[in-house]
Amino acid sequence: MKYIDHHAHMVSRTTDDYQQLALTGCVAVTEPAFWAGWDRSCGDSVEDYFRQLTEFEPKRAAMFGVQHYTWLAMNPKESDDRELSRDVLQRIPKFLDRPTVLGIGEIGMNRITRNEIATYTEQVELAIEHDQLILIHTPHLEDKLKGTRISLDVLARYRELKPERVMVDHAEEHTIELIRDHGFWAGLTLYPQTKISPQRAADVIEKYGPERICVAGACDWGPSDPIAVPRFAIEMRRRRHADALIERVIFENPVRFLSQSPKFKVTISTPEPARVG
Amino acid sequence: MKPHPQKSPLTGTEIVDEYFIENRTRLLEIAAFLDRVDRVDLTVASRDFRMQVLAEAVAALAAKSDRLMRIQMLLSDPTIEPLDRLDRKSALGAFDRSSHPEVRS
Repeated sequence: MKYIDHHAHMVSRTTDDYQQLALTGCVAVTEPAFWAGWDRSCGDSVEDYFRQLTEFEPKRAAMFGVQHYTWLAMNPKESDDRELSRDVLQRIPKFLDRPTVLGIGEIGMNRITRNEIATYTEQVELAIEHDQLILIHTPHLEDKLKGTRISLDVLARYRELKPERVMVDHAEEHTIELIRDHGFWAGLTLYPQTKISPQRAADVIEKYGPERICVAGACDWGPSDPIAVPRFAIEMRRRRHADALIERVIFENPVRFLSQSPKFKVTISTPEPARVG
Repeated sequence: MKPHPQKSPLTGTEIVDEYFIENRTRLLEIAAFLDRVDRVDLTVASRDFRMQVLAEAVAALAAKSDRLMRIQMLLSDPTIEPLDRLDRKSALGAFDRSSHPEVRS
């Protein structure tokens, strides 16, 4: 079954993982800019990372027939550093015309400081100014509810912002209604420990339905799974849900959201990647 | 937005048949963890805010409905005021209510 993983930090993964994605039916990944696990020393370092996202990763993915797209941002974990954030934000616009850049992301908060909110707000304004899609990171664990509430409060200040062009990611049971009630897309992140399991993601679909929900693996340098999305599909099949419902969640929904960027070339009729490698 | 549920095609008995063993395992893991802590230090469960919340969460399993949402809210920071400065890089997994006396369990 073909699928899209809208949140995969492939710079942290091996080329073998791209092969696994292709072998399991992945048509495209989108890679948000994120924290490397350590703080970068300067804007030049972040700019090199943007080059890696826009030049190197699409080529690695293409080796296996997987389309690679990206999101650019000052990531939440470093966004408390206002000096670095201002430097990075002024570098982003020159990358926005590159053919695989879909929007601004992942933006949001980590510990929900006043500095993080200021950087997040400036990035929302940057996205609006350049008519970009937005991908929002919501904080981890005990900070998720508070971070989601404040993230949505900031968005509410911008009447010109179309909610259907925003995905609020890492949603869980206690935040998904809040997100969808405001008209945003909700992303469920399939993680072994700190986010949501394939079983709980299937529960969310059963309880709330598939409208404006996508699932992703968010694989990165920590404990995570590059083929988490097909594991979700297996969980749905384990419960005997129809393939049409599964395909809607793992393929059609991300196509609908991501196709709001004219750069995103996957359509509902795009076939699975050739089984190569 | 009004939810449009997709009811599980499985019957109640089929869900129990399919998922009982793995959840039996999870329950035993929690029991083993609590015993492991007690073997080393009988006081930490009453001192560490994470263990206190875990005890409340285990008690919430006995509720008749909405167990998951109750536990999510027990673990969450219910406040709305931003931090003035960054205190640490990572979340801890549970909110320390003792540091916010205005917040009731």
